[in-house]
This record gives sequence, C-alpha cells and structure tokens, in this order.
Amino acid sequence: MSALTRLAGSEARLFLREPVGAFFALAFPAVLVIVLGNAIPAFSEPSPDFGGERPINLYLPVVLALAIGTVTMTSLLGVLAQYRERGVLKRLATTPVKPSALIGAQLAVNAGALLTGAALMLVMAAIAFGSSGPENWPALLVAFLLGGAAMTGVALFIAAVAPNARASAGIGTLVYFPMLFFAGVWTPGDMMPDGAQRVADFTPLGAASQAMQAAWSGDWPQPLHLAVTAAYTLVTCTLAIRLFRWQ
Amino acid sequence: MALRVSPGTGWGLLHPRVGAQPHTGVRTVPLLSVGMTVIEVNGLTKRYGDRTVVDGVSFTVAEGEIFGILGENGAGKTTTVECISGLRTPDSGTISVLGMDAHTDREQLRRLIGVQLQESQLQDRLRVGEAMQLYASFYPDPADWRELVAAVGLNEQVRMPYAKLSGGQKQRLSIALALIGNPRVAILDELTTGLDPRARRETWKLIRQIRDRGVTVLLVTHFMDEAERLCDRLAVLDGGRIVALDTPAALIAGVGDVDGYRANLEDAFLALTGSDRDN
Repeated sequence: MSALTRLAGSEARLFLREPVGAFFALAFPAVLVIVLGNAIPAFSEPSPDFGGERPINLYLPVVLALAIGTVTMTSLLGVLAQYRERGVLKRLATTPVKPSALIGAQLAVNAGALLTGAALMLVMAAIAFGSSGPENWPALLVAFLLGGAAMTGVALFIAAVAPNARASAGIGTLVYFPMLFFAGVWTPGDMMPDGAQRVADFTPLGAASQAMQAAWSGDWPQPLHLAVTAAYTLVTCTLAIRLFRWQ
Repeated sequence: MALRVSPGTGWGLLHPRVGAQPHTGVRTVPLLSVGMTVIEVNGLTKRYGDRTVVDGVSFTVAEGEIFGILGENGAGKTTTVECISGLRTPDSGTISVLGMDAHTDREQLRRLIGVQLQESQLQDRLRVGEAMQLYASFYPDPADWRELVAAVGLNEQVRMPYAKLSGGQKQRLSIALALIGNPRVAILDELTTGLDPRARRETWKLIRQIRDRGVTVLLVTHFMDEAERLCDRLAVLDGGRIVALDTPAALIAGVGDVDGYRANLEDAFLALTGSDRDN
C-alpha cells in the first residue's frame, strides 16, 4: 500500500473516531429531514400548493447546501487549522511525504463524508416521505459538485489566512451562519426577501443552493449561479495555494 | 552503509556495554578522527525580517558523532537545525548533508534524515502503533516499527491514542518516528525537554545506542548535563554565532577554576556566552 492511500485511510479512521464531527457530516442531513418532516405535520402532507408534492421534499436541495456548508466550514476547516498549529504538517515536511498529501487526504475524506451524508439523506427522504429525488440528476450533480468545490475553496482560503486555529474556527462560524441563511435554510425558495435574494445570488452557498433547487424541479440552473460557484472555486483555491503557510 | 539498521535487527537487545558503562566527565571520542564528514555547514546566515537569528555559523559533524548545539533560548539553535533539515532556506551560506545540498537536494535527503522537531504533535486520536506504521510506509527501507517501539519503551502503549500519552511518552514516540526511516543522520531538537530525570537518562541511553549503530546524531539542547554527558563535541551558540566549538571536557578545561571550585560545563557556558549583556 502506498503512503498516500495509507494516509487517506488513516485520516478516514481518525475522522470516524471524532463522534461529533462524524455525526454532523454523515447523519445530520438525514436526521434533520426526518425530524422536520415529523415535527411539522404540514411538511409531510402532499400539498396542492406544491403540485401535490410534500413540502419537505422541496426542502431537500436546501439541506444538501446545508450539508456542504457544515462539512466545509466545520469539519474540514477545523482539521486544516489544527494540523498546522499543532505542527502535524511541519512534522510531515521532514519525511519523504509532502504535507500537501495530508491536505489531499483530508479533502478526499471530507468529500467522501459529504457524499455519504447526502446520499443517506436522499435515501431516508425517499423511504420516509416518498421523495422521488431531483428531476434533473445531471444538473443536480453539477450544482452540488460546484457548490462543494466553492465552499472547499473558501475553507482552504480561511485556513490559509487565519493566524491560528482559534481565529480560523471563529471566521468559519462567521461565514457558516450567513451562508446557511443565503442558502435558504430558514427561508427556502421564494420565501427569502428580494434584497437578500440578490445578495444570495453572489454567495457561494446561496448560488449553489439555488442551482440545486432549480435542478430539483427539473430545470437547468441559471448560468449566473454556476458561474458564481465556479468563480469562487477558482479564486479561493488560487489564493489559498499562494498564501498557505505550512508552519 | 554497513552500519545502517536493517529491518529486523534487534533494537530491543542492543549493546549491553552502553547501558552498563558509567559515564565520567571526560570521554574519548572514538569516531571523531576517522569518520567522514556527514554534515558541513559553512557561513550559514538566516534573517527573519531585519533580525539576524543565525549569523555566519560554520561547523562539521563526522559520521557516528553525537554533536550538540548548546545555547540559550533565542540563540538560533532551532533555526540552524531547521535549515540543516531542509525546512528553511538559508539567506546565505551552504549546508551539505551526506554530500548533498540541504536545500536543493532536500527531497532526496528526507529519506536519509530523521528529524524530531520541537513542539510538533500528532493527531489526537492517532494510536502509537498506527503512527509508527504510517510513518514507516513513507520510507523506502523502514526499520521494524515494533522493535523501535520496544526500544523506546512504548510497548504497553501501542494501542493508546496520542492525546492520552504522557509528555515523556509523546517525546519518546517522536524520537521513534524520527528513527523509523532508518536514517543515517538523526536531528533531534530539544530531545528531553519535559522529561523526568529517569526518562531523560533512558533517552540518553537510546541516543547512544543509535549512535553505536552508525547513525550520526545532531542534537539541540539547553541542558548542560545533557550536553556534557551525551555529546562528543559541542557548538556553543550565542546571539546566532558560534562562540566555542570543542569537546565538553576541553570547554570546561578552558575555564579553569571558578571561585576556587573546578569549573563545570555551566561555568564554561556562562563564561563563553552573554558577552553582549551587561553583567
């Protein structure tokens, strides 16, 4: 087994040993949908207002955005900042393996956790509320991957510029909650005020959420939303690579 | 190459003579005159901003030597060894390790050098055995990790996560990780800081065992007893410059008597350093 696969395997094991982080990445999206669907009866009743669809099912793309935000802003960001502060990256720099391999392993583990958590949520929604999933699968996948890449870039950028792990976690929280707001976690779909909607168009998670909501109902996302997520990915990743300090 | 530790050679049964030999202040330096030069530092200078932390440092380390860099906090010890390890780029001067350039050939050198860094930790939930196996997988010809774990006395802790280890156990794991790649040169920064007296002596014993296997050891310390007991030669660093370089015995002999007592290394150290301070 190569050093890289060992590193990824080791990071995956460590990820699963952190019960809180593992829960939020893997189980939280599914649990949230089940709880919401059961706590508010109207959510799980087929409604003529939503074309006979259960309202909870229309909330699923927003939960996907929430899952992206949670994994990138808490799990990934927390680990990156800590690995530098504790000298894990520097320690690795003295071996034949580059510290960037550890960051690569972390990206792979978090991407795997995000995909697993999202898939689990979709399966549970199908079982519990008869959700038939997105009507435009390819569009949803594109929007989901672009949204995930954009938020990963934001996490890498914060990890690159934050002076220490505390600051990094603080900035992460300051970004996380507004991102959830613009993704429509509290005001899904048309419920978001117009002014906020305009801002949301230009935030990475807001754009991703709207792109996924469009894909969910069978449309192709607005080019603006895809362009915004792609631009965030490009800019944040470029800056992070330039600014990242290994020690 | 014949001196290198090959996989499966008994780390646990090393050299009874080393442990049994009582150490007096005066020691012979068997390999000094015959060993080839393994580390050659020439005019090393490193600045952070406009502060010069290492200022024209030069020394050589022979194969099989335990070479110490002694100095107060901020004397430039860590920066010096970080440059030698290829972690920092010198502003000027050259560093050759095993005939290669410490900076430009650092990729290649990482396979041949084991480094223990000051204040470098591992992931909290990574277990001792897992860390050893993981780091072993990074090297082309690693040592047997189980024997190494036994040699540093962590057999009981193989399944223990890093966060649960005591300070001394973390330190010993760090030493074991520095040796897992079967290095020809071991660079150890503040080896025994935070260890209790017994663990410190155990660690010294381990370092001598490593050296007796043909590994060249470069260590950084601010402990006088450690420098005196363990090192064949010492470079005393003060304000980024080498103010003395000799065997511990010769450094002490150079001071003569202090207040009617025979000087020790601390007296020698104090006499050599702090020239720019007002006392």
